[in-house]
Amino acid sequence: MGKVVAVTGNEAVAEALRQVNPDVCAAYPITPQTDMMQRFGSFVNNGKVKTEIILTESEHSSMSACVGASAAGGRVITATSSQGLALMFEILFIASGTRLPIIMPVVNRALSAPLNIHGDHSDAMGARDAGWIQLWSENTQEAYDNTIQAFRIAEHPDIRLPAMVCLDGFIISHSIERIEYLDDNEVSNFVGEYKPVNPMLDIEHPVSYGPLILPDYYMEFRKAHDAVMSKVSKVVLDVAKDFEKISGRKYGLFETYRLEDADIGIVILNSAAGTTKDVIDEFREKGIKAGLLKPRLYRPFPYKEIGEALKHLKAVCVLDRADAFGASHGPLYIDIASSLYPYEKRPILINKIYGLGGRDYMPGHAELVLNELVEIAKTGKINVVKEYIGVRE
Amino acid sequence: MKLKGWKEVTPGAVVTKAGSAEEFKTGSWRSFRPVWLEENCIQCMFCWIFCPDMAIEAKNGKRGVFKYDYCKGCGICALECPGKKGKKAIVMEEEGK
Ligand code: SF4
Ligand code: SF4
Repeated sequence: MGKVVAVTGNEAVAEALRQVNPDVCAAYPITPQTDMMQRFGSFVNNGKVKTEIILTESEHSSMSACVGASAAGGRVITATSSQGLALMFEILFIASGTRLPIIMPVVNRALSAPLNIHGDHSDAMGARDAGWIQLWSENTQEAYDNTIQAFRIAEHPDIRLPAMVCLDGFIISHSIERIEYLDDNEVSNFVGEYKPVNPMLDIEHPVSYGPLILPDYYMEFRKAHDAVMSKVSKVVLDVAKDFEKISGRKYGLFETYRLEDADIGIVILNSAAGTTKDVIDEFREKGIKAGLLKPRLYRPFPYKEIGEALKHLKAVCVLDRADAFGASHGPLYIDIASSLYPYEKRPILINKIYGLGGRDYMPGHAELVLNELVEIAKTGKINVVKEYIGVRE
Repeated sequence: MKLKGWKEVTPGAVVTKAGSAEEFKTGSWRSFRPVWLEENCIQCMFCWIFCPDMAIEAKNGKRGVFKYDYCKGCGICALECPGKKGKKAIVMEEEGK
């Protein structure tokens, strides 16, 4: 068995990456990069991992180098955050469209302007439709576990897509928690040897990457990408089953908390789910049937399964740590609403935008939301569908 | 050529067959056609070197015919051609005339 440690989210993810021992890591070394890559760089310099590290002059370049290294046939990683992810945007699509299983932890932080690098989901939400897999993590243990599982999911022969592992900036990335590490050999056995597909360095079988695809073929490649996305859920569940065998920890497409018999529920991503679960316990003690759903696999979004899990509720609030300016609601709300649309009998939905730019999400916020849901479940009336909470008038 | 369906295309648009650009015929883009006047040709092979595609055949060190399936009519060969005694060995003629 592994060992119990007290580490930050960044330390834990860097350790997971060391245990996987990738071939290449191309990363931008300065803010908005976090100490995750600094720690991984120390592992490289101290000979604790065999990875070749490439320090680039921008995140656009680091993702480009990742694309090259992955096409060459290597197991490739990088990590980023905030503006860094935004700067990679162009190349994210090249990585996914070329079906390169690059693994990238994303420390979720706000986008400028105004300049801010605190906890916020705007960065990963902006890249949610880039054709990547996204796994979201509530705490350090989940960030560590998701990172290890991401390799198996992304590299699966039916999938071959890049994957982001999201964890909350500062709240998880820089805070110390008690977690369990697996043994090095357990991790390397779990991820297995990397098997490249059509590697450029296989000179016996020459290949070309990145050809021009004109209107007569472009749609066929897009449709193929869409079809691959629909296979991801099954692989995520299979990998989770194998992971449970070595870790004892269970993972699904999403987590439900006291949801089965609930009347009201909260849907929320990442670290704020922990705070919310405590408040749900308090409401349960008062005899109020409250529950929670926390998506884990956010892209591809498991619409059917999430719709099934939520459809029996009377009222649901989706809390978004990012806004989708000019859209009807926050990004998570839009996905939850789509999941529930097929059901004639479905919960009343409201949307709160919270915690932007590192603004604290307190138990009091969850209480206010749950109290409002109790009222909505009773009366069927909504005051306002989308609202910012924890903001000064 | 029958176009492939989405289930048949290679993942990530990776081209796994060497030299397959030969199957991609681009000559239909041309609006001017280079015509070779062999009597003015000094076999300098400039046209063959300068052609941005591979639209001029070379066999046994000699200039061959134009491969119009790939010639885009850019006119570079005609411009570079020195010809013989001031007479070009390549002239551009408008297509369809
Ligand atoms: S016109 Fe252009 S493409 Fe055609 S043969 Fe001459 S150089 Fe090549
Ligand atoms: S450039 Fe002109 S002269 Fe030289 S080989 Fe070509 S056609 Fe002949």
